[in-house]
Amino acid sequence: MTFHSIDAWWWPYLFILIAGWLATDMWRFLGVYFGGRISERSEALVAVRAVATALVAAVIGNLIVFPTGALADTPLALRLGAAGLGFAAFLLARRKMLLGIAVAEVVLALGLWLGV
Amino acid sequence: MDEPPSNSPPSGRTAYWYGRGMLAAFSIPGLILSSAFIGFAGLAKEAGFSLTQTVFMTGIVWALPAKVVLVGAILSGASLPAAAFAVALSSVRLMPMVVALMPELRGPHTRKWVLYLLSHCVAVTSWVLAMERLPRVPRTMRTTYYGALGSTLVLFNMGVVAVVYAVADRLPDSVLAALFLLTPMYFLTSLWGSARESAAHFAMAFGLVLGPVMHVLVPGFDLLVAGIAGGAGAYVMHRLRARRRPA
Repeated sequence: MTFHSIDAWWWPYLFILIAGWLATDMWRFLGVYFGGRISERSEALVAVRAVATALVAAVIGNLIVFPTGALADTPLALRLGAAGLGFAAFLLARRKMLLGIAVAEVVLALGLWLGV
Repeated sequence: MDEPPSNSPPSGRTAYWYGRGMLAAFSIPGLILSSAFIGFAGLAKEAGFSLTQTVFMTGIVWALPAKVVLVGAILSGASLPAAAFAVALSSVRLMPMVVALMPELRGPHTRKWVLYLLSHCVAVTSWVLAMERLPRVPRTMRTTYYGALGSTLVLFNMGVVAVVYAVADRLPDSVLAALFLLTPMYFLTSLWGSARESAAHFAMAFGLVLGPVMHVLVPGFDLLVAGIAGGAGAYVMHRLRARRRPA
């Protein structure tokens, strides 16, 4: 049962509702339910946050190493260099997100312009 | 804007704080989030989603990591249960965030359903903004303020996604490539910045490497395996470091 397995207009929306909305809002609703009842600092929540963070980081890694569309036509070394230098700038500038993103974009643009 | 006098009618105060909440959506963090949604619109289009599906997904899921995981799972041909499981794992983080937000948001007479409704707007950016600014909002006006902030962010970015989706075909490849880089850079920096303990930093490093490795080794389950293995490894490192530190 994949996204493309049923050829009806409503199937993609049902897929998004179950795999997207339900899988996301159930945690928000549980958060309201438990609000004030469990400590944010409990060890179980540290472990839970670690898994969630690793999962999102895996997505980031895939977006950079195995991108789709126009980014797929750029060299891997250029993408890694752009992301790496952007992240380094972000850390050096005391976590200025805007600077990190801008540096990555400039490195990518320069690389494409120079035909690296 | 000046603070309205405290004896102004309640409707005037509500409008004032609603306006302040809306304005907060157009702060620097709000605009950076929109840049990530520009990238997301391109990603969803490349993945074969229609315009309405993409806009629907933006409003109904809202959390960007969850959506990127959902698109990634669909791209790798995951089944409905596998996709839902991966999205659910990526969204667990929302629960402790909402737990932390509730005491800030709740007023003496706030109804439960209002909180459930407002919780839908919780994602990294609106949460960070709310935790920072709610203490300066009068308690009875906090749900108004957050409702305005959250709904403005959601609706504005649904519009951003629709516009970018519509014009993406007319953009040159180099511009599209630059747009596609916005989403991973947004996450790379915001995830690191919002980490509260060393476990999250280890988890990021492990996940970044394990994601592409598992993509090759176990396609379709790459996110699940990388998330669980990377998260478990990070938690173990976190415990080992905590033990080594003198009590």
